[in-house]
Amino acid sequence: MSRSDAIGLAYLVTIIAFILALRFLSSPTTAPLGNRIGALGMAIAIGATFAQAGLHNYWSILIVMLVSAPIGAYAARAVKMTAMPQMVALFNGVGGGAAALVALSDFHQVAPEPGRIKADVGISIMLSALIGSVSFAGSLVAFGKLQELISGRPIVYPGQKLVNGALLAALLVLAIVVLAGQQRQTLVIALLCGALLFGVLFVLPIGGADMPVVISLLNAFTGLAAAATGFVLHNNVLIVSGMLVGASGTLLTMLMGRAMNRSLANVLFGAFGQVVAGTAGAAAGVDGASVRSATAEDVAVMLAYAKKVVVVPGYGLAVAQAQHDVRTLADLLEQRGVEVTYAIHPVAGRMPGHMNVLLAEANVPYPQLKEMDEANPEFPRTDVALVIGANDVVNPDARSNAGSPIYGMPILNVDESKQVVVLKRSMNPGFAGIDNPLFLNPRTVMLFGDAKDSVEKLIGSVKNV
Amino acid sequence: MHTSQIIVELTVLVLAIFVGFEVISKVPTMLHTPLMSGTNAIHGIVLVGAIVVAGLPHQSTWIRIVALAAVALGTMNVVGGFVVTDRMLGMFRRRVPVRDSGPVEGVRGNREVSPTNPEVPDEPE
Repeated sequence: MSRSDAIGLAYLVTIIAFILALRFLSSPTTAPLGNRIGALGMAIAIGATFAQAGLHNYWSILIVMLVSAPIGAYAARAVKMTAMPQMVALFNGVGGGAAALVALSDFHQVAPEPGRIKADVGISIMLSALIGSVSFAGSLVAFGKLQELISGRPIVYPGQKLVNGALLAALLVLAIVVLAGQQRQTLVIALLCGALLFGVLFVLPIGGADMPVVISLLNAFTGLAAAATGFVLHNNVLIVSGMLVGASGTLLTMLMGRAMNRSLANVLFGAFGQVVAGTAGAAAGVDGASVRSATAEDVAVMLAYAKKVVVVPGYGLAVAQAQHDVRTLADLLEQRGVEVTYAIHPVAGRMPGHMNVLLAEANVPYPQLKEMDEANPEFPRTDVALVIGANDVVNPDARSNAGSPIYGMPILNVDESKQVVVLKRSMNPGFAGIDNPLFLNPRTVMLFGDAKDSVEKLIGSVKNV
Repeated sequence: MHTSQIIVELTVLVLAIFVGFEVISKVPTMLHTPLMSGTNAIHGIVLVGAIVVAGLPHQSTWIRIVALAAVALGTMNVVGGFVVTDRMLGMFRRRVPVRDSGPVEGVRGNREVSPTNPEVPDEPE
């Protein structure tokens, strides 16, 4: 068997490993094994590539890898669980950047030939460079929004759609010019820069709360860029793996959008032409109403004498790392005969599954965690809904206010409970940057403060009731 | 008749798309995030492309740097991607909660928790 056939077979094993990895990642019990299988497949592919005949610069490549690997590992290990989403964005970005740089460098290989580049290779290089750059820049912006380095509010300005559209058209024209024969490296670099700009402008108008969907889309993009790279290099493992990610990433993005009951178009372009909510008019509550603030003692009494309490966790819970205290409070209440359950909205927190993971860490028993469809019918017979650091997922505007950016998103109907207690740091708007009329509801009281502090106070007060 | 390379590649592409869709079609909401992280790790395969390109002969220094930069970025995608996914999945391990059976002394090995003495959260890795 020739060497290249052997390498091809190794790549086939990698492909099988990746398919199995995705298959296993779709089920909680097999998922960890799936990830390990994927990693093994990747290792095989890398090893096989090094075995390639005629590989130059062996040592430079190896050294770069040996230096970069620990950096990646350290970044992935050192970050807190609450910062996981932005790390996914970051690693996605560097993947996209890698694809774009491969395209640039390969262009240099094929360009010196007189005449035009072969169509299929040329188109693939252009696609890989464009998509990779958009993904790189977009991912960095997503990282910035989640890390709160950039404002989470959608950044819109008049004519934005036109500007973005024009930029995209210009990039496509440039790509065609290069393919038609103007093989100037400066043009390709201009293309890369333009695509980077587009990536930034594309993600900027999307609200911070929608970042998970955007990251999923950019993830699919990077997969596509990798597949395009595969066409350039006539490399099967790149084509297949890239397309696996491109297809599954696209489907995953649509599923995430569906969980928020919003179409992808609405998520990506929804902020355009929006009446910017956030003024007093949008929060159509009772005139002259202000929020009712309560003390921990008041709330403790409410909780202790309730028959049924539903805890609604949100991002604030994760940031304050209060999940263990919440568990303690729940145990205390249960010892007093209170029924305690948790209502988990599909996009509570920064990412789907965020709350489940957090509460699992606190050893909250699984049967107490209720998904939205199970939890909603129970609110009318709930005595106290304890909303901890959640905001948009309990905002009634999503049901009733057609002008709201979150209109149509299914929410947890906590306002149907007999009483609502909201634990919040301050009256600052949540991640989507809009006001929440739930806070003005006569049945709602606010317990201001850091979630961990507040819950600890509640624990102390409940013991004294 | 000999099928040209591009046609074979297109065939493979189409099959890969179908497999991708099929495999993801029934994932529960709870797993969306780890799945996104897992696919993120898999597209680190672009590192293979970077190695190939960096391994080509007769390059100008500038292009060699670009190619090696691609190797660096690709490596970070691969390593970071799989480690992050592994950490996320670690949180999903089913732990047996201990509720009404009183304090369980020093059974940390089984990750059981006494209801009156919540486990101090250990930062994963």
